[in-house]
Amino acid sequence: MRAFSYERASTIEAAAKAAAGTDGAKFIAGGTNLLDLMKLEVETPTHLIDVNRLGLDRIEPAPEGGLRVGALVRNTDLAADERIRRDYAVLARALLAGASGQLRNRATTAGNLLQRTRCPYFYDTNQPCNKRQPGSGCAALGGFSRQLAVVGVSDACIASHPSDMAVAMRALDAVVETVRPDGTTRSIPIADLHRLPGDTPHVEHVLERGELITAVVLPKPVGGKHIYRKVRDRASYAFALVSIAAVVLPNGTGRVAVGGVAPKPWRDEAAERELPNGAKAVTAKLLANARPTEQNAFKVALVERALSAVLAEARG
Amino acid sequence: MRFDTPATTNPIDQGKVVGQRIHRIDGPLKTTGRAVYAYEWHDPNTRYAYGYVVGSAIAKGRIGSMDVSAAKQAPGVIAVVTSDGIGELKKGKYNTAKLFGGTEIQHYHQAIAVVVAETFEEARAAAALVKVDYAEQKGVFDLAAAKDTAVTPKEGEPDSAAGDFDAAFETAAVKFDQSYTTPDQSHAMMEPHASIAAWNGDDLTVWTSSQMIDWWRTDLATTLGIDKEKVHIMSPFIGGGFGCKLFLRADAVLAALAAREAKRPVKVALPRPFLMNNTTHRPATIQRIRIGAERNGRITAIAHESWSGDLPGGGPEVAVQQTRLLYAGANRMTATRLATLDLPEGNAMRAPGEAPGMMALEIAIDEVAERLGLDPVEFRIVNDTQVDPENRERPFSHRNLVGCLRTGAERFGWQDRNKQPGTRREGNWLVGMGVASAFRNNLVLPSGARVRLDREGIVTVETDMTDIGTGSYTIIAQTAAEMLGVPVDKVAVSLGDSRFPVSSGSGGQFGGNCSTAGVYAACVKLREAVAQKLGFNSSDELTFAEGEVGAGDRRVPLAQAASDESLVVEDRIEFGDLDKTHQQSTFGAHFVEVGVDVATGETRIRRMLAVCGAGRILNPITARSQVIGAMTMGVGGALSEELVVDKERGFFVNHDLAAYEVPVHADIPHQEVIFLDETDPMSSPMKAKGIAELGLCGVAAAVANGIYNATGIRVREYPITLDKLINELPEVS
Ligand SMILES: Cc1cc2nc3c(=O)[nH]c(=O)nc-3n(C[C@H](O)[C@H](O)[C@H](O)COP(=O)(O)OP(=O)(O)OC[C@H]3O[C@@H](n4cnc5c(N)ncnc54)[C@H](O)[C@@H]3O)c2cc1C
Ligand code: SF4
Repeated sequence: MRAFSYERASTIEAAAKAAAGTDGAKFIAGGTNLLDLMKLEVETPTHLIDVNRLGLDRIEPAPEGGLRVGALVRNTDLAADERIRRDYAVLARALLAGASGQLRNRATTAGNLLQRTRCPYFYDTNQPCNKRQPGSGCAALGGFSRQLAVVGVSDACIASHPSDMAVAMRALDAVVETVRPDGTTRSIPIADLHRLPGDTPHVEHVLERGELITAVVLPKPVGGKHIYRKVRDRASYAFALVSIAAVVLPNGTGRVAVGGVAPKPWRDEAAERELPNGAKAVTAKLLANARPTEQNAFKVALVERALSAVLAEARG
Repeated sequence: MRFDTPATTNPIDQGKVVGQRIHRIDGPLKTTGRAVYAYEWHDPNTRYAYGYVVGSAIAKGRIGSMDVSAAKQAPGVIAVVTSDGIGELKKGKYNTAKLFGGTEIQHYHQAIAVVVAETFEEARAAAALVKVDYAEQKGVFDLAAAKDTAVTPKEGEPDSAAGDFDAAFETAAVKFDQSYTTPDQSHAMMEPHASIAAWNGDDLTVWTSSQMIDWWRTDLATTLGIDKEKVHIMSPFIGGGFGCKLFLRADAVLAALAAREAKRPVKVALPRPFLMNNTTHRPATIQRIRIGAERNGRITAIAHESWSGDLPGGGPEVAVQQTRLLYAGANRMTATRLATLDLPEGNAMRAPGEAPGMMALEIAIDEVAERLGLDPVEFRIVNDTQVDPENRERPFSHRNLVGCLRTGAERFGWQDRNKQPGTRREGNWLVGMGVASAFRNNLVLPSGARVRLDREGIVTVETDMTDIGTGSYTIIAQTAAEMLGVPVDKVAVSLGDSRFPVSSGSGGQFGGNCSTAGVYAACVKLREAVAQKLGFNSSDELTFAEGEVGAGDRRVPLAQAASDESLVVEDRIEFGDLDKTHQQSTFGAHFVEVGVDVATGETRIRRMLAVCGAGRILNPITARSQVIGAMTMGVGGALSEELVVDKERGFFVNHDLAAYEVPVHADIPHQEVIFLDETDPMSSPMKAKGIAELGLCGVAAAVANGIYNATGIRVREYPITLDKLINELPEVS
């Protein structure tokens, strides 16, 4: 870990300004991802801006009838909130499927969205990795790729996004609210937050330098059956090989977002329209452009089979 | 004391303390955080410095040059010790790869420098500033590709044979020939390797985490080129080892070199990723098993061949070991072959040999039973043997495999298993049951102890034996208490200090039996000293009970023997050739019920049972803990544990505990352990044998057989992850 300076921001505006004004500055929330990466020198910020005391830790009704989840709400608190459990159960279930109790107590809403890939080569600074060190190559492509993405990938990077929470939020059409260093705010649909790797896999999202996530807004509840199915090698404390966040309405239509298969939560509204025709039809569209490696080709079949089980469960 | 005739009745047979359910005497220290582990030793008057290891970034080649100027100037840095600066160091007897010194790189993350600073954080930051130019060489990393280059190892007993396998197999009514693979595995114990070294003139003290104090002491002296008498090793508490702490490791060497350079005590811990690539691992194997049988189920021919790899000078994984002994059959052969690989050093991990060997053999047995239309429990029983099948003159000292299988089958409800695979469905789960024998040899090593009786009647035992979480403290206290007729709380046990008599140490499941036998020997001597002191003729006719010594009507408090000065005696147990004239092994049976998700292929354990026949159980609580821990490790081996080799770059990629998946609580819902009531008078005066590794051997195969029973899918490549099942599972749409 490199030496860094540290400040605790007291207002949102000051935090954003400070981040934009200092080279190599980063926000720190729960620190459960950032600190691990700093210890390994995968991330080497020179300055940390602690955003834990900005009062962004509340869950409030949103004007249009949904919920506004503060960026610093802990994963544990979000999963336990009565309104989340009742109206957005897929989100509560996704959160509880992630990490461990201790980690969820620290992990925050914004930090979870921006957590970085678990590609093992990304974690080892002796190995080539375009995401960590642009232009150095991708060791995973010809190496160990079982855990990595099958769709939305590029020749430069096949990393998958590891979040469970984000997959459920994608199914719920959540909107990310931010404040920019100049004080202006914007709302970014979660579909547009993460970027695909292309030939710049180190650029993972659309946020500008210093732009601070303040909240995630969940639109009005949509009803239906909420299911989160996480498929993994052990029963707990493991990242998803594949995960399915589904909201299925009584008429058989609904929404499906998939985790573990792409550099971002993967959802395709056209594929979703096939829901009444079953898992095979949905998966064929959803993963039409899949480019799996030999090691992770099983994920294509796994998505279809897991989705099929989810739909059966939804039918009750 | 020399143990060369079978044990007769002795004080241990009283079973007042030995064999009782006594909670571990070091438990309160551990649950309250007062047990001091290697890295935690702290003397408030000492200013410790911190060393951080730099590991090689390549798998094979040479260091061209190292630039440490930036590291040396970094804040807080006291010294930088580099392997190219220090020249070649001698290699310890038990190490294959060198731990430090010289410019040659033998494997990824081999230690090439240690940076010493005022704080851990400063040392770590400076370590990242060390710049290295390598001359990289191509290495061999793929066992399957190197298989044909494998040779017969020079040491040990690589091959064995009896009868004429080829002829018998050729003419067998049923012929079976299959290959299996087991992956490289990591010990993944909780406490990382860690050492503190302090020099006092030429005298070196190292607080470390070691299973074998004397091996470490000897090899550290060799490596540093100093006199063994100058080295003092301390390792009273160890947070797990599983074999990874049998042999001297880099942290101890680096701490010693760093402390010499820094002229201060230095702490060095190996970071978690170094566990996988800097230390040792269980090597991967490719195994071929051929079995010929008569239609009635009798095995007439059995062959087991195994291939593994290691660095030059290393040894093979002896995966065929159990096949020489476990089942009858007049015609047999085993063969062990070793390829040269440039991966990190392969070496002993819990039940080396039998653990991966049984993973393959016990699937094969299940497969043959099915071919024969026999129940797999019955097939095993039909082929039981009471003699070494390669040398029929040599009986087993005690063997009740059949009892383990029968007891287990009954207690587990084996008769409810569906014979037809893939036919039991509960909701989304395909449910199946699997069985496997458990087998692990019993090893005996000499072991010494010193025992002291003081005027308060307190008995103190000192031995360099280690407690790696196994319960050594407790069973040693029980042994001394039984021998001297005092309650356990009148016994103090001090372990893990090289100033104490050399013991067997902890490994190969020999520690429990051998170290208590050493304490037994010392206690026999102490009883004699007590008898003399108190004016009895001989200890033979004395009873030691309730803190008193007596013969006839005369009873004297034990403490009185030490009223003027403490009585101190020392002895060690040495073993004759009972383990040559008789085959000493431990036996068991594992039963597992699994569920396989019909859609996703995820396998989840539903319940497990182990039945063990392993001589006298010294303490059912600590023994059970060993067995359930081993069963858990077996589930990991069956379902998830694999060090993934990057065959281009030559290293284990998943080098942390997020990516190397060991089972978590949610994976292990229900475990039961039954110990058969038995003693083995051939093994030691304790009549006990090993238990800690037996619990692992066969578990993974029982899981694999359960998965087959649940799904009808036979996977012969461990671990059995869902991607190996998914294409053969039933349609779900
Ligand atoms: C062993 C382990 C297992 C795990 N298993 C899972 C799992 O199964 N499923 C899963 O989903 N996750 C898992 N996680 C990841 C965990 O969910 C994330 O580490 C956590 O959500 C990150 O949140 P944080 O608040 O700690 O983020 P931090 O580490 O503080 O920050 C992460 C990133 O977000 C940025 N950031 C933080 N707050 C803001 C903000 N307000 N605005 C802009 N940028 C911000 C930081 O600069 C940093 O780049 C696991 C983690 C570990 C260590
Ligand atoms: S997949 Fe992406 S993160 Fe992984 S090594 Fe390649 S470039 Fe790096």
